[in-house]
Amino acid sequence: MPESLIHARGLTKKFGDFVAVNGIDFDVHKGESFGLLGPNGAGKSTAMRMIGATSSRDAGVLTILGKDPDKHGPQIRAHLGVVPQQDNLDMQLSVSENLYIYGRYFGLPRAFVKGKIEELLTFAQLEEKRDAKVEALSGGMKRRLTIARALVSEPEILMLDEPTTGLDPQARHILWDRLFRLKEQGVTLLITTHFMDEAEQLCDRLIVMDKGSIMAEGSPASLIKDYSSKEVLEVRFGSDRNQELAEKLRTLCERIEELPDRILMYTEDGEALLGQIYASGMHPKTSLVRRSSLEDVFLRLTGRTLIE
Amino acid sequence: MAVAIAEARIGKWGERYYSGRVLQLLERGLIAFRSSTWMIVFSGFFEPVLYLLSFGYGIGKLLPTIDVGGETVKYAVFIAPALLATSAMNGAIYDSTMNVFFKLNHDRIYHGMLATSMGPLDVALGEISWALIRGLSYACAFMAVVAPLGLIPSMWGYLAIPAAVLIAFGFASIGMALTSYMKSFQQLEIINMFLLPMFLFSGSFYPLSVFPEWLQFTVNLFPLTHAINLVRGLCLGHINVALAGHAMYFVIMIICGLFFTTRRLNALFMK
Repeated sequence: MPESLIHARGLTKKFGDFVAVNGIDFDVHKGESFGLLGPNGAGKSTAMRMIGATSSRDAGVLTILGKDPDKHGPQIRAHLGVVPQQDNLDMQLSVSENLYIYGRYFGLPRAFVKGKIEELLTFAQLEEKRDAKVEALSGGMKRRLTIARALVSEPEILMLDEPTTGLDPQARHILWDRLFRLKEQGVTLLITTHFMDEAEQLCDRLIVMDKGSIMAEGSPASLIKDYSSKEVLEVRFGSDRNQELAEKLRTLCERIEELPDRILMYTEDGEALLGQIYASGMHPKTSLVRRSSLEDVFLRLTGRTLIE
Repeated sequence: MAVAIAEARIGKWGERYYSGRVLQLLERGLIAFRSSTWMIVFSGFFEPVLYLLSFGYGIGKLLPTIDVGGETVKYAVFIAPALLATSAMNGAIYDSTMNVFFKLNHDRIYHGMLATSMGPLDVALGEISWALIRGLSYACAFMAVVAPLGLIPSMWGYLAIPAAVLIAFGFASIGMALTSYMKSFQQLEIINMFLLPMFLFSGSFYPLSVFPEWLQFTVNLFPLTHAINLVRGLCLGHINVALAGHAMYFVIMIICGLFFTTRRLNALFMK
């Protein structure tokens, strides 16, 4: 059994009458990349803040490296590198000064932090920007700097809350590449995301959350295997006809999902099913056969899409 | 290494709220100061000097002397301590309101700080210490200008420098506490709305005895009145038990301010 770095049982957080996190259980093991996947408002960020020892729990057990965050906040935070959803870089300082002072906030000696800056600038591909003010950086650069900043204290656990939200595709891929490298170095990653492709790319294991509860847990591949079919056929007949033809399509396929703009058909062989559709005299305007994804898992579990 | 540093504090006073990182916060202040905020600091020094030149010279021509505490002094001698107290207040208020509000709500700098092994009391003390250093440097610079001009008649006047730090501490801790409750930039104006009348009516430019009793009583509730009386008493060498009372007013301000700031930062970030 691998070492459990984060251990949660019945973890609960309420804001007034609203239950943001409703008694969740999970363990994060050393060296793994663990994801919290769910739509906005699922309770992911609240769970992250409790783990980050910046929010107290209302019920349940939570230990991070064996310590209780209610009692040992500063000691737990010393183990963590935190990349928040909203960048909070120090706008008055330059890129390298941001790294420097953040290391100092952990109480680290000047010489140690100065040595670390070079390494982190290289890692974040920001060597050329070392003296630039943070404001002048692009969104992707700011994110990379925030990640580099979180690494200045050499944390055992790196926590990333929606790391690529708001970034363009190229910036996302650069960021994913950097996170892969960290994973290879043995850093434990804890990631929240509402992007299923991100969860599939980065997470060894994940929990799917909705409305404060865990809907399913497992590796991306096992979740897809357990909750979806091998392939998905997406067909579009035009928004006025989708509903009308749904009944007829149901006779061809065991499980279909009607979305406002398209119909998803869960099958082991998409092409064959498409052939059957044409054979029964239906002519979709567009069709697409693809592999099942975590998006389909979420749809199956909650009846809703991740991004609404 | 970060873990060992944090664990060294286990069992020490206030370990959940305080990690002994005030110096690191001052270091941040210094780096930011070098690159961007020095203009504001500079203007804070010139303001009282300009007031002194304008009022001390101008009104001093019309009103060469003024009676204070049974002694007759030059008009510039009368207003110099008040300007010192006011500049300590203004510097402290700027640092603890505008500056803090932006870091809290706009740049979210405290969110970043409190994700480290620091605690909210580190942040509160660090920001307030920065305000104190400014208060101290204003007081020293102002003294360096007015003492050679013969405007500080008593040797006790040197104690006006630590007094200015005490005053800055009081205003900074209350200012930060108030700011931590403010939701919008506009609400900060409430503090400024209070500052200007306080400056004008707290006996900076003429003795409070010219006011009717009810107004004297009201003005005596204001912190700046106590600040001015404290600094003026020291500069003129009028040492009496009332000075201890004025100092006490600021000690209470500091305690209340720190208590509410730490509580509020804890509620904001550790909820």
